[in-house]
Amino acid sequence: MNEYPIKVVVGKPGLDGHDRGAKVIARALVEAGMEVVYLGLRQTPESIVAAAVEEDADVIGLSVLSGAHMTQFRRVHELMEKEGIGGRLLTGGGIIPTKDQEALSKIGVGKLFGPGDEPQEIIDYIRTEVQARRTHEAM
Amino acid sequence: MAHKIQEPQHRTAPFRDAEFTTISGRPVELLYTEADLDGQKIEQYPGDYPYTRGVHPTMYRGKLWTMRLFAGMGNAAQTNERFKFLLSKGQTGLSTAFDNPTLYGWDSDDPISEGEVGKTGVAVDTMADMERLFQDIPLDKVSTSMTINAPAAWVFAMFLANAEKQGIGLEKLRGTIQNDILKEYIAQKEWIFPPEPHIRLITDMFAFCADHVPQWNSISISGYHIREAGATAAQELAFTLQDGFTYVEHAIEAGMDVDDFAPRLSFFFNSHLDFFEEIAKLRAARRIWARHMREKYGAKNPKSWLCRFHVQTAGCSLTAQQPEVNIVRTALEALAGVLGGCQSLHTNSMDEALALPSDKAAEIALRTQQVIAYESGVPNVADPLGGSYFVEKLTSEIEADAEKYFEQIEALGGMVKAIERGFPQQEITRAAYEYQRALSEKRKIMVGVNDFANEHEKLEIPILEIDEAVEPDQIAALKKIKESRDNLAVSRCLEELQKAARTKENLMPHLLDCARCYTSIGEVSHALIKVFGEYREQAFF
Repeated sequence: MNEYPIKVVVGKPGLDGHDRGAKVIARALVEAGMEVVYLGLRQTPESIVAAAVEEDADVIGLSVLSGAHMTQFRRVHELMEKEGIGGRLLTGGGIIPTKDQEALSKIGVGKLFGPGDEPQEIIDYIRTEVQARRTHEAM
Repeated sequence: MAHKIQEPQHRTAPFRDAEFTTISGRPVELLYTEADLDGQKIEQYPGDYPYTRGVHPTMYRGKLWTMRLFAGMGNAAQTNERFKFLLSKGQTGLSTAFDNPTLYGWDSDDPISEGEVGKTGVAVDTMADMERLFQDIPLDKVSTSMTINAPAAWVFAMFLANAEKQGIGLEKLRGTIQNDILKEYIAQKEWIFPPEPHIRLITDMFAFCADHVPQWNSISISGYHIREAGATAAQELAFTLQDGFTYVEHAIEAGMDVDDFAPRLSFFFNSHLDFFEEIAKLRAARRIWARHMREKYGAKNPKSWLCRFHVQTAGCSLTAQQPEVNIVRTALEALAGVLGGCQSLHTNSMDEALALPSDKAAEIALRTQQVIAYESGVPNVADPLGGSYFVEKLTSEIEADAEKYFEQIEALGGMVKAIERGFPQQEITRAAYEYQRALSEKRKIMVGVNDFANEHEKLEIPILEIDEAVEPDQIAALKKIKESRDNLAVSRCLEELQKAARTKENLMPHLLDCARCYTSIGEVSHALIKVFGEYREQAFF
């Protein structure tokens, strides 16, 4: 069932140049055997979701340290539903207060990570989630 | 007579199981002795070329560093309130943090600004925001710093037009504008145009400030963001100074005399956790800059040789876990900045891995500086670590590393070419990944994160939240200004600006005209994009 690698689209939506975390995680995911499509800076929710559709990605990973996470995650989530990839995993990280993480979790956004979280935690989380979702899609 | 040196015991005794390197991965010895100096002559006096021991002969006995906390959130009124709060607590200068749309040169009502207005700094659309931001603050008495780069020239024009309106002569203004675009391409990523037109705007500002705002630092060449993006201490130093050389070369090419602008060039470095490495880096910065300015660029005025700098403690060293411990980290980093001889200092607040600083957290950060200044006794003596075998050796090592990078960058055709090829960016990305691996493998420890973590941690400090009403309110205020100003004057100024942009004329007088009639930041950006084009980065990781 999991013979083909997990594919992750990583992007930074909006006006936020803090790309250290996104790059470190992108590289860690590749070393863990995943395929990463790194879109880089100044993306829009539209450009990120379009890339995910085109790449048939299992996961969208957003990095937001600009405080605009509520706007950006919500918009990407809505667009994923609209484009028919609502079942895929939307996760990410940044400076995101617990209260906001909880609010985003309620609308279906996956776990969000922050400063100090281990890359391995993120890798494990993505593997578990994607496995469950692929099984579900196959049924 | 020297005693006969005995075979030291440390050569045979076992060490505990740990990696003995700096935070940048530089190996260090157990002990440094005279032999490590390798006959190198130790400089004796601060205020003497090449200034390794400090830029002033009397250092902090003459004048303490300026205590300047970076502040900005929500709208101009809220930030003005924070400025006054900090001044009331004994802060001695101001430092302005702008929000993302402002930093990128967009208006608050631009679709791309949605969700970002006032979030990480203050929103400034027109001179009206500048008026409110500095209301009741005597700009001829308090020095002001503005962290802005891509649209620096037109934000500075708004600042100047506001001073003019208040009847303050431009020659009385003291402060600094960051205005360093090269490190944007390298690390902070807030650019508008390709490098050449941006650098032209920067040299326009050098010339304009030399003639009209002589006490103003027309640039703050910044390593801070380079370090935050993951660079090592030596990379931070090398890329920053190389950026500085690039500006000097462009200004000379534009026809300026190096001594006309170089005395107003200033710098901005990070102070990270590795105490001695940071001190050595700051000492090396002064020595390298002085030598290149005098020997390579032929500057004759000793003021042109001085590497004067601001220091900010390392935001990336702060943890979201057990945030109170960040007070201790910041204190150590601030002390390194002072021992490194900084001219001004920002101390981070303990909550900055979580949000913008609360009043309480900002106050503790400022108090940290006051403890160093008034209680520790450290400022009594200039460069107290000068002559330390270790610090002198480390200073020379970091200097040599920086020189190696200068050669590599020269070989690539200079900094602009190196940036376009992604060289500094890739070096930094690699260093950031190496550090993350060292953390994952516990070769490096972050207290409370990969060791000594508390289970079921509960956050017990207040967190600042930006009111969601800031964005709609700011957009409404901008709409009102766009309706009530003289729109014919705005279009005329923008046309004149574009015309001048196509020539070699200095753009500052035109940008001042734009500011005076309340042209918005985004209107100027769009007008200039039509002439200069936009820059796109190749994404890589």
